[in-house]
Amino acid sequence: MATKYLNENIETMPRDELKKLQSERLVAQVKRSYENVQCFRDRMDELGLKPEDIHGVEDLYKLPFAYKKDLRDYYPYGLFAVPMSQVKRLHASSGTTGKRIVVGYTQNDLDMWAECLARMLTGIGVTKDDIVQISFGYGLFTGGFGAHAGVEKIGATVVPMGSGNTALQIQTMIDFGVTVICCTPSYAMYLGEEIEKMGVKNQLKLKAGIFGAEPWTEEMRKQIEEKLGIKAYDIYGLSEVLGPGVACECEDQSGMHVWEDNFIVEIINPDTGEVLPEGSIGELVFTSLTKEAFPVIRYRTRDICQLITEPCSCGRTHIKMMKPQGRSDDMLIIRGVNVFPSQIEEVLLKVAGSEITPNYQIIVDRVNNTDTFEVNVEMNEDLFFDEVKVIEATEKKITAQLRSTLGLGVKVRLVNPKSIERSEGKAVRVIDKRILN
Amino acid sequence: MIIKQLSVFVENKKGRLQAITQVLADNDIDISALSLADTSDFGVLRLIVNKPDEAKAALNESGVVVKITDVVAVVMDDAPGGVAAVLKVFLDNEISVEYMYACVGKTTGKALMVVKTDDVTSAESVLESAGFALANPADIYRI
Repeated sequence: MATKYLNENIETMPRDELKKLQSERLVAQVKRSYENVQCFRDRMDELGLKPEDIHGVEDLYKLPFAYKKDLRDYYPYGLFAVPMSQVKRLHASSGTTGKRIVVGYTQNDLDMWAECLARMLTGIGVTKDDIVQISFGYGLFTGGFGAHAGVEKIGATVVPMGSGNTALQIQTMIDFGVTVICCTPSYAMYLGEEIEKMGVKNQLKLKAGIFGAEPWTEEMRKQIEEKLGIKAYDIYGLSEVLGPGVACECEDQSGMHVWEDNFIVEIINPDTGEVLPEGSIGELVFTSLTKEAFPVIRYRTRDICQLITEPCSCGRTHIKMMKPQGRSDDMLIIRGVNVFPSQIEEVLLKVAGSEITPNYQIIVDRVNNTDTFEVNVEMNEDLFFDEVKVIEATEKKITAQLRSTLGLGVKVRLVNPKSIERSEGKAVRVIDKRILN
Repeated sequence: MIIKQLSVFVENKKGRLQAITQVLADNDIDISALSLADTSDFGVLRLIVNKPDEAKAALNESGVVVKITDVVAVVMDDAPGGVAAVLKVFLDNEISVEYMYACVGKTTGKALMVVKTDDVTSAESVLESAGFALANPADIYRI
């Protein structure tokens, strides 16, 4: 099958031209951000930099970094570069503490986002004749609406399923003749197992799946492909930069093309901030070149990753990124949801009503291809009561508060004091048993 | 007479109960009565011991969470209807029992019921008005 492009000129643009385009867009984006975003202006001024000092991508390294913390410090709209009258949509996700982070999109931003996904869909052979079931969550999470717009753009039929209710998901696939599914990889595995159990694989018309929002492995890819009888493709994104679609796999399934006409990607040393040479493993940093409402310049993703510069068999010239291998901070991705230990601390402090946070430990595992999430909390005098029902109520309260703060189901267990493992006197906060590499 | 009961948090994990009782053994503490309330995740062990304050200190020292709870121990007939008669008193006086557990007493033909109510003082007075004897700490700690 010949490679199909949505926007051939851009997708196969020679690298020197692409670099020129990036340079022009970077200069303009720096100028716009400097004029409209206080935080960026202050950081530039601190470094004694003016927008005129940036002539192209070769000057990128001079620019200050942006951090997730900024989204909290300037919550809700402090980092927006356009007036709210031009913001067409908001999305939000969890921040490092209880407070959410919010991002905005202009009409052009939404169009660009849809194009990023449409390029991917076209590239993997999805056409207007396909029926695409979107089983990413809709709502403030970027997954559902992000994928939805891409499918609409190529004229395929959208089944806006949302997440949950597995039996209905499978019935819908069968009844509606769904050919492409979008969800998290662990949910795809689960769907595959249920389909196997029900013995309905031969009633499916699925040919491809787009999976993202959480870490997965090549081994999982093989299993998903076999169980669902499809080709499984990886997608990467984060709401701070855009949402899913910042980087997407092509038919070659050998890494995700970063749409370099819209984004500049760098790999840096997370400790020193220094840009690393081609092929190094380090922290991914993104600059959004075309985003209007919420532009980011040198945004530190904290994802540890490697870029592939070799030309791709699909003919696209845009650089590829491998699956992220880990994090340079303590963020966990559990069932596609970002979780920071600090969020758990905040809830425990509130529930315990004491000055000191009860000692706790997060245990994440993957059982039957679904992430399990447990929080062990050390019992103390403030939490303990003679009556079982009072303790159970405390346990339930912690569970409910964590669920509402994180948007994620959790099993809370009260454990003995001092039973949580300590390493050099410091409690081991996270035990992640998932094997993903 | 109000009795001091130890309430101990027990994580649902192999060996926890043994470890707790071992601490008591090592500190020469005698258990007079014992009851265990359990859920799927944890339990609360309730103990009447001869030296409650020392026991609490020893358990705390070993990293166990302990609270001292006030209860009453009522002497009842070790015969059919013995427990029902005690509970009738609570019912008539609208006192709710949170939990209770029995142990044998030293006196032949008598048993003891350890009772926790929301208001221990009124439990004490209604039982006494109804003619029930309450075990005093010195007696029960010596069982």
